[in-house]
Parts: sequence; C-alpha cells; structure tokens
Amino acid sequence: MAIAVVVLARSRNLFAVVVLMGIYSFLMATVLVALDAVDVAMTEASVGAGISTVLLLGALHLCKSEEAKPLRKPWLPLAVSASIVGMLVFGALGLPAFSDPTAPMHTHVVPRYLNDAMRETGVPNVVTAVLASYRGYDTLGETTVVFTAGIGVIALLRRRRNTKQETAK
Amino acid sequence: MSIGTHFSYAVTVFLMVAGLFIVIARGNLIKKLVGLAIFQTSVYLLYIVPGKLIGGTAPILDDRFKLYSNPLPHVLILTAIVVGVATLALGLALAVRIREAYDTIEEDDILARDVDDCGADRQGK
Repeated sequence: MAIAVVVLARSRNLFAVVVLMGIYSFLMATVLVALDAVDVAMTEASVGAGISTVLLLGALHLCKSEEAKPLRKPWLPLAVSASIVGMLVFGALGLPAFSDPTAPMHTHVVPRYLNDAMRETGVPNVVTAVLASYRGYDTLGETTVVFTAGIGVIALLRRRRNTKQETAK
Repeated sequence: MSIGTHFSYAVTVFLMVAGLFIVIARGNLIKKLVGLAIFQTSVYLLYIVPGKLIGGTAPILDDRFKLYSNPLPHVLILTAIVVGVATLALGLALAVRIREAYDTIEEDDILARDVDDCGADRQGK
C-alpha cells in the first residue's frame, strides 16, 4: 500500500494515478477485512474502488490526462509534512497500544450495544443496528449531505451545458 | 510502549502525511483530489485500527463467539466513506467547471491567468 502511494505521488500520468488509486482502495478494503470491519470493507470496495474510480475517469475524460511538470522543487511542502510527522508521532505515542481491551473506546458505550442490541433492535449485525437504530438521525444527516452534493454537481454541470448551447447559437 | 504495539499508528501517520504532501505539493487539481482521498483513507485506519481486538470477530452477534471488535468506529467510518465520495464528486465537478472557464486544471496556470486578467482590468480603467 505504501508503494502504491509513493508511486502515485511521483507519477505524472493522471490515468496511471487513477488506476493506482483503485488498487490502493482494494488493498485498503483487504486491510479492513483483516481488522474485522467487514461492513466498512464492503463499502470501501464498492464506493472507494468502484464509484470513485468511475468519477475520476469521467473527470479525466473531460480534462487533460497529463500533469504539468512542477516548476519548483517541493521543499516547503516537504518541510511542512516532516514537521507534521513529528507532531503526529508524538501524539500517537500517547495513544493506547494496539488491541488493548482496557482502552477507553472499548469500555464506554460499546458493551451496552453488544449486550443489548439483539434484545432492543432484533438485528444480529451490531453495525447495522447502531447505524439504522441508535444513530438513525446521523444517517439521515448523511443522506442530506449526499443529496446536497448531488444537487451541487448537477447545478455545476448543467450550467456548463447551457453555456455550450449559447456559444453554439 | 514499543514499536510493535504502535506500528499501526505509524502506517496511519505515513498515509496521512503522504496524502497531505500530494495536496500541498502538486498543482494539478485532480491530483490534489486523489491526495485528499488518500488522507481520508488514513483517517479510516485511524478509527478502525484501535477498534480491533486480537481474537475477536466481526461484530455480528452469534452464540458461538464471545469477543467482538468494536462496532462503533465501523458505523462512523461507513458514514465518512459515503460523505467522502460525495465531496469527491463535488470537487471533480468544480475541476471540470474550472477547466471550462480557464482551459487548464494546473494551479500555477490558473493563478497566472488571474494575474493577467487583473492587469488587463487595470489598464482598461
């Protein structure tokens, strides 16, 4: 996965970048299965590797597929990135160790979901139970966001068609 | 506290900074959006990895299993993935519009065109 990202950062052919992004998404989905997040992996494989790739290819079809050579060496972004690595590593050292069952995230509200979800919602898949039942309003807000984004895309691309018709006249 | 227990965080940090670097350093708008997507996947890892318990299974209740991984981050990240693809679609639509208006999606060219336009406006006045 790291190799895919490094090649992606260096490659200037945008078509190759999009294909690498698809590969990266599938690798990420595999990692998520290994981490027991089967629902997330399924979504990542279909949305991240499927729809995102189609969207990127569609945009490439409308734009040039070759990136211009950078004018200057990226020293400033490298310095910023390096300093952020330092800060993030410092922060990560304060986090609980991998698979520590006494970490706060495993003791707060999750035991209640795991123990009572079956009795309260009747859905054996706890992820579905939390998503649709306990956090139903959250999911409603999410669909609102997707709806708004869809409207935005339609508005932007419809204007394009109108201007094309005007120039044709 | 050792490298073994915090290796997952190192992977997350690397992916996050790689995405950030692409966003800052590359001038192409589509490349920037790909960098943003990589940054987002690193955030998925940041949430999902601490939820894993070694020996646990996916959080689908069954009498045969006693130990489950944490379902809450999975729910949050499902939302994040869907919102992420929505923002990606909107960003790409904006890039296509910018290409319509400026005939390029390179940030440097766009800035140069803007400077030229400003200069032409001043001379016109």
